Amino acid sequence: MIKHTKLEKNIGLMGVLIAVAISFGGLAEIVPLLLDASVTEPAPGVKPYPALQLAGRDIYVREGCYGCHSQMIRPLRAETERYGHYSIAGEFVYDHPFQWGSKRTGPDLARVGGRYSDEWHRVHMIDPRSVVPESNMPGYPWLESNVVDPDQVVASMRALQVLGHPYTDEEIEGARDAVVGKTELDAMVAYLQGLGTALKERG
Amino acid sequence: MSVAVSLFITAMVVLMIVGSVWMLLATSREQPGQPTGNTPKDHTWDGDLQELNNPLPRWWLWLFILTIVFSIAYLIAYPGFGSYKGMLGWTQQSQYQQQVDAANEKLEALYGQFEGRSVAELSTDSEALRVGGSLFAQHCAACHGSDAKGARGFPNLTDNEWQWGGSDDQILASIINGRQAAMPPWGTVLGDRGVTEAVIYVQQLSGGKVDAGLAAAGKKHYDMLCISCHGADGTGNAVLGAPDLTNTIWLYGGDFDSLTESLVLGRNGAMPAYGELIGEDKARILAAYVRSLSH
Repeated sequence: MIKHTKLEKNIGLMGVLIAVAISFGGLAEIVPLLLDASVTEPAPGVKPYPALQLAGRDIYVREGCYGCHSQMIRPLRAETERYGHYSIAGEFVYDHPFQWGSKRTGPDLARVGGRYSDEWHRVHMIDPRSVVPESNMPGYPWLESNVVDPDQVVASMRALQVLGHPYTDEEIEGARDAVVGKTELDAMVAYLQGLGTALKERG
Repeated sequence: MSVAVSLFITAMVVLMIVGSVWMLLATSREQPGQPTGNTPKDHTWDGDLQELNNPLPRWWLWLFILTIVFSIAYLIAYPGFGSYKGMLGWTQQSQYQQQVDAANEKLEALYGQFEGRSVAELSTDSEALRVGGSLFAQHCAACHGSDAKGARGFPNLTDNEWQWGGSDDQILASIINGRQAAMPPWGTVLGDRGVTEAVIYVQQLSGGKVDAGLAAAGKKHYDMLCISCHGADGTGNAVLGAPDLTNTIWLYGGDFDSLTESLVLGRNGAMPAYGELIGEDKARILAAYVRSLSH
């Protein structure tokens, strides 16, 4: 009997040993991060998303914005020159799931907040080429007519509260008033205008 | 990083390397008492496909050993063993800082020549305009367009119409502090008929041929509500960002429907403040570039 025949003919045992073999990397690289405060604690000024921004964030995910836009400025000089201070781990503790993305067809949005006017975002979201003729971003005109569902926002906040976001019960109750009657476009603009603004040093 | 976490990481790394070495050695030898070399194992697939039991080829084995030696050298030079910093003292932050310092050194030489010079002076310096053009493409083009001709709701910077004033200081102030226009909505105050009359009067102000009776009625509304910002003659007020209504340049369109929309809903055009983002020196170069576009 050849030794490795035992492994090759016993798929259960092989599975367990593969899991053990590939776990070492994760144990050394991932597990310590779960215990590191610089990764698990919010950076100064970083707060859970207010109701309207949270609603906008859900729309961002729904429309698949992460497919073309990253939200992660790497510590490379060319990137910080264009987008501002590099992203730090503590900025993402209230992102479930984070929107780092992995492809930039459009620009990085990690610090887009405050760079353009609300009106620009509205016009640009409805028809990007009306302000940027060179743009290949699709328009999202339906955001203007869709209305945010307050129940959905409250439910999201409750779920995030369970996950450890420090929303108070008053904040969750107030969420309904904060989003009622708002369009998805309002929510999206609020979300974008808040991105990356918590960190003081933005340049 | 706590001592326990550091020890844990070190233990995992060592275990992984030792495990790799053991695995490599265990599979590199022919095992005593086992069929080896060209002795086929007891099964055959597809008629003639047989499995042999040779150890790893030597060149392959040495390649593996080389990678393990490399990993140990790497872990001595760079951080990897828990909190051990590595002999080279490399960090991501310091590498980034080196890049920034090297770039700043070059940029200081570039920006140094522009320091303390007036916007007017810079606007005739071809090097300043080249730099200004790049800065414009990065910071301004999204709203004002890569040709600086703007779009509906975003001012054209190449003409001589200035909502907030076209002097060097005014342009610079617009860039550094931003601007917030506030045209109130007049729809409920004026009612449908009132809005139409006021719009007709505004069209007359800008030289349009319109119904004189409606325009006269509109002038009454204008003199009551619009005059404080847009002025008695309709030429506007740069301090308030109230546009000149007597020419044919329109930020939101000069046709009847667009004017009606502006009057009913109001307008709140905003230019974000860029002072903190880019600093005064770059703002001055930008102002010079913007000035050069219309001079």
